[in-house]
Amino acid sequence: MNTALVLGVLASAIASGTSLLYATLGEIVGERAGIVNLGLEGIMLVGAASGFAVTAMIGDPFLGVAAAALAGAAVNLVFAYLVIGRRANQLATGLTLMFFGFGLSALIGRPFVGTLIAGLPKLQFLSLGSMGNPLLAYDILVYLAVPTAILIWWLLFRTTWGLGLRAVGESPVAAVAAGLSPGRLQYQALTIAGLLGGIAGAHLSLSLTLTWEEGMTAGRGFIAIALVIFAKWNPLWAIAGALLFGAAESLQLQLQAAGADVSPFIMNMIPYLLTLLVLIVWGWSRQAAAPAALGRNFVGVE
Amino acid sequence: MPRDAASVWRSVSAGGASFAFVALLSLSGFALLLVIAGKNPWEAYVDTVVYVFGNAYGFSELLVRMTPLLFTALAVALPARIGLINVGGEGQLYMGAWLTTAGELALQDHSAFVLLPALTVLGFVGGGLWALLPAILRALRLVNETISTLLLNYIAPLIVSYFIFGPWRSPESSSYPQSPAFVEAARLPTLFHSRVHIGLIFALVCLALYSLAMSRTRFGLEMRAIGGNPAAAQRLGIPVSRYILIVMFMAGGVAGLAGMAEVAAIQGRLVSELSPGYGFIGFLVSWLAGASAGGIVAMSFLFAVLSSIGDMLQITQGLPYAVINILLAGILFIVLGRRPVASAAR
Repeated sequence: MNTALVLGVLASAIASGTSLLYATLGEIVGERAGIVNLGLEGIMLVGAASGFAVTAMIGDPFLGVAAAALAGAAVNLVFAYLVIGRRANQLATGLTLMFFGFGLSALIGRPFVGTLIAGLPKLQFLSLGSMGNPLLAYDILVYLAVPTAILIWWLLFRTTWGLGLRAVGESPVAAVAAGLSPGRLQYQALTIAGLLGGIAGAHLSLSLTLTWEEGMTAGRGFIAIALVIFAKWNPLWAIAGALLFGAAESLQLQLQAAGADVSPFIMNMIPYLLTLLVLIVWGWSRQAAAPAALGRNFVGVE
Repeated sequence: MPRDAASVWRSVSAGGASFAFVALLSLSGFALLLVIAGKNPWEAYVDTVVYVFGNAYGFSELLVRMTPLLFTALAVALPARIGLINVGGEGQLYMGAWLTTAGELALQDHSAFVLLPALTVLGFVGGGLWALLPAILRALRLVNETISTLLLNYIAPLIVSYFIFGPWRSPESSSYPQSPAFVEAARLPTLFHSRVHIGLIFALVCLALYSLAMSRTRFGLEMRAIGGNPAAAQRLGIPVSRYILIVMFMAGGVAGLAGMAEVAAIQGRLVSELSPGYGFIGFLVSWLAGASAGGIVAMSFLFAVLSSIGDMLQITQGLPYAVINILLAGILFIVLGRRPVASAAR
């Protein structure tokens, strides 16, 4: 391995890990409030499609990102109403949300299949002058990813709001006894999760691919759900997880570009295999710390 | 478990009511779509009914559509009885098809009497082994089966693609890679001179066995005990881990049979786009059916009708297929929101 390859892998690991990080952060907030959302894949698809559509029509990628975030939050509120308001089964509702997102994004993206956009502008820092490419040349969402993780960590672990949210995820009954309203906190958590999931999708279509394709998230939503376990429900650990998976994805691309004689189908398995492997190792170390009331619907206090 | 006549009737009528509700809701949803699109829903429905039910061909196609759903829904219902959530029907289907194809390539010189039983067993084993991996991880308390089965769904089609783009690529398929066509002796027999194949019978037999096993055998009783309270079942001396492995293997096997039937009856060869999400739809069918065998048959049939209507509207009325997906998801949302928490996938 030469230096150029290592640098190339690192640079594209950061770029492709960004989308995963936003998605993982969103899922962490929801799961900390006790709600598993298997529909993250659908939210990301809707974000990717609506962000792309707005950018292609108006020409402003920042409006695209905003539209993606709002669209993500909007579809996640449908999920929120069902699992919080109607106490519907979280897993079945999440899978249905994935279907819904798949259909809705296909409909939104239909007129834009084959369209190419300029995407989010790259902001360059640490220029090496005539020496070559600058060390940092990413779009704004990449630079904001780690600060967002720190912000979410601060919100969850250093504010009263976050304490209440985590209490709901551990024991809704205790939260009610402490004068909190579990339902309201869960709605807030899922709104944030939807915004972040939408941004995650937008980063894929507005920065990485610059095109829209049906089902373009290709399971990243599910990998992000696994990353939540890897990150032990902690936003700071999610940074490491997203980087690791970004690296797996970019290593695969770099090897293909370098003409490695391995079937692309085998290489495409790497992120999923790595996810499974990490989950196995984590399970072995028995350090997982899931919120105690995760996945259970709060049915009120007798 | 309901035994006396009154409670059996109660559960049947509750199932019937929820079936009618889903049916009515979806038909009105489609009607609304058509009105929005400026079409006459009544005419479209008459067309559809005439097309789907008016002749033997339309009806036989419904049975063809329904067959994989019966398998994949059972693949969800079985582990649900011991509290496991198998979302991996899609991957198990692909691996069943994969091992079936491997068997066909190895044994194609034999007669149908050897080939058909062998391929059926291989389809079952292929799906079963693919489900055994998450089962082992779950039994060792390493990884939750929901997330591992989901991830394996993305790996299985890549394995299939690797083989049909590589070692198994048929020389005749240049633009669209696929495996060589199955020999005639390896094709599943069809029924009534239609595309309906013997896989439908397999599926119904599996469902009947499932129903009998759950209500009449020690195996079913112990499964229900684990589903009710795994810790208590363990203390009673029920080998919970062994049940996890056996039940998941059987569930994966059943989904594998769906894949076997797709390659050996419908496609006649291994292709990369084997399933338009049968595994996922099976999960929803099973959930709506409350994991009862009769409910699975009814809901699979309803889904087959709905997807036929969807196809019809796509062809005759020019509605994009995505709209139909959205509508189906919307119906499921309403059903999910209507149902109280206690009756989640059991």
